[in-house]
Amino acid sequence: MPAHPPRHDVAVGALPAGPGVGYKPQHFAAITAAAQPLAFFEVHAENYMGDGGRPHADLTRLHQDYAVSIHGVGLGLGGSAPLDAAHLARLVRLCDRHQPERFSEHLAWAGHDGLFLNDLLPLPYTPERLDQVVAHVDQLQEALRRQILLENPATYLTFAESTIPEPEFLGEIARRTGCGLLLDVNNLFVSATNHALSPQALLRAFPLAPVGEIHLAGHASATSAGPAPLLLDAHGGVVADPVWALFETVIARTGPLPTLIEWDNDVPAWPVLRAEAERAGAVLARCRKAA
Amino acid sequence: MTAPALPPQTGDAAFAHACLTPAAPPPQGLRAAGGDPVARRFAIHRTTVRVTLIDALAVAFPVVRALVGDAYFVAAAGAFVAHNPPRSPVLAHYGQEFPEHLAQLPGTAPLPYLPDVARLERLMIEAYHAADARAACRADLAAETLAAAATLPLARHPATRWLRSPWPVVTLWRMNSGHLPLRPLDQWTAEAALVTRPELDVELSLLPPHGERLLEELATPRTLGALAERLAAPADLATVLPPLLDRGALTWPTTSQPRPGGAS
Repeated sequence: MPAHPPRHDVAVGALPAGPGVGYKPQHFAAITAAAQPLAFFEVHAENYMGDGGRPHADLTRLHQDYAVSIHGVGLGLGGSAPLDAAHLARLVRLCDRHQPERFSEHLAWAGHDGLFLNDLLPLPYTPERLDQVVAHVDQLQEALRRQILLENPATYLTFAESTIPEPEFLGEIARRTGCGLLLDVNNLFVSATNHALSPQALLRAFPLAPVGEIHLAGHASATSAGPAPLLLDAHGGVVADPVWALFETVIARTGPLPTLIEWDNDVPAWPVLRAEAERAGAVLARCRKAA
Repeated sequence: MTAPALPPQTGDAAFAHACLTPAAPPPQGLRAAGGDPVARRFAIHRTTVRVTLIDALAVAFPVVRALVGDAYFVAAAGAFVAHNPPRSPVLAHYGQEFPEHLAQLPGTAPLPYLPDVARLERLMIEAYHAADARAACRADLAAETLAAAATLPLARHPATRWLRSPWPVVTLWRMNSGHLPLRPLDQWTAEAALVTRPELDVELSLLPPHGERLLEELATPRTLGALAERLAAPADLATVLPPLLDRGALTWPTTSQPRPGGAS
């Protein structure tokens, strides 16, 4: 067995087009006990903002063998409020310290007036908000001195004032800022279902050219008062079959992309999470073979 | 006299306000597909905010949770979340006021030690995330390096914290975190806790006798000579220093000179 697992077409400074998982500290011993068939690990930026200790030590150790992606959940790029300068500075310090192969954030917001709500909240898709988000993405990319990826949200509500379809909104941000997109296939499926749209149609409208990473996760069904099903972006189980099918459709069009399994609640034992990532890896490998 | 501010009516401010205010209706201008009421969809966000922040407190205060039970913890944490939403996306900082919140809850009166246990858990989180530093050790004071050590300032390790309590806070923590078997306490004596992180693991111990005196003197780094002058029997340096070194509570902050004891 090689000392290090294959890095799946790793290029310096780029996230390799293989499978990855969201890193959970309880898996550290299992991960480092053997070479894993994985290309990268992703961590939430806000969990690594202490000065030192085990979080940074573990991440540094993982980065010796695997690429690392840092995924922010708290900056609020999608909000109408100015970005929090202190938080922006924390992100810069974190990326300077760990030099991740990728940094990504969300088309969402999480706080207002100095409060932080710890949820990814939706925004109206209007020309005014588009200008604000573009300015925020520009500001973040300039601060980090790197291209970021912006993730499509899972949403439950829409805004009466919205005039721009979500795929077009994302495409415009990418075009005007030069950022890439992170296509969360589960989010796309959840949003389409919740808004009574066809997931396939929503995917056909999605700007795939700027996509630099895929997220896959499990969702949950909630009881809905109406005739339409209601899905929750729960990250608490395996990826659903229709999401796997959509993922295959995406990869057939884009070619292999870095693909992350997110499993944040009811986190399973390491072999279960690894098996889910290997399933994604198998799709990527089939795509390579077919090419 | 000015009238109290009305809740915001539009935009992100109205959305955030409604998320944090259970009795408030959803903000205007939202739509839900499939005949679902907007209020039900909006409740997903309201629930996520509440539940994930309660979860964050449960992770931060596991021993408090064990002491009061899940149901009471969720109620106490829920009340805290409603009135003290986080001020930062860095949730490791969240819950600094939770010990005081617990102290004010009428239901915690039978557990007067609970706020101190919560304070101790906060200190352990601070220690977990504190800056890295090589802990000074007894070998640094071996004869061959003592001369060098005597000229260097000694400091608290960045992770070092302590808490003096009228309650047996260390024993309570150990018994309710699985480190000691649960059994009735014979003596409810005061304990002072010392929290250290010599490497990556946070350690909890009893603060050695007069240890607080030395740690307070090290509010600014001091050489051993300066420390010795400021301490007097029975809290003299030769008595107080070794147990603190053994727990990894101290460090030599000077990095520009060779450290006593050789490589870090």
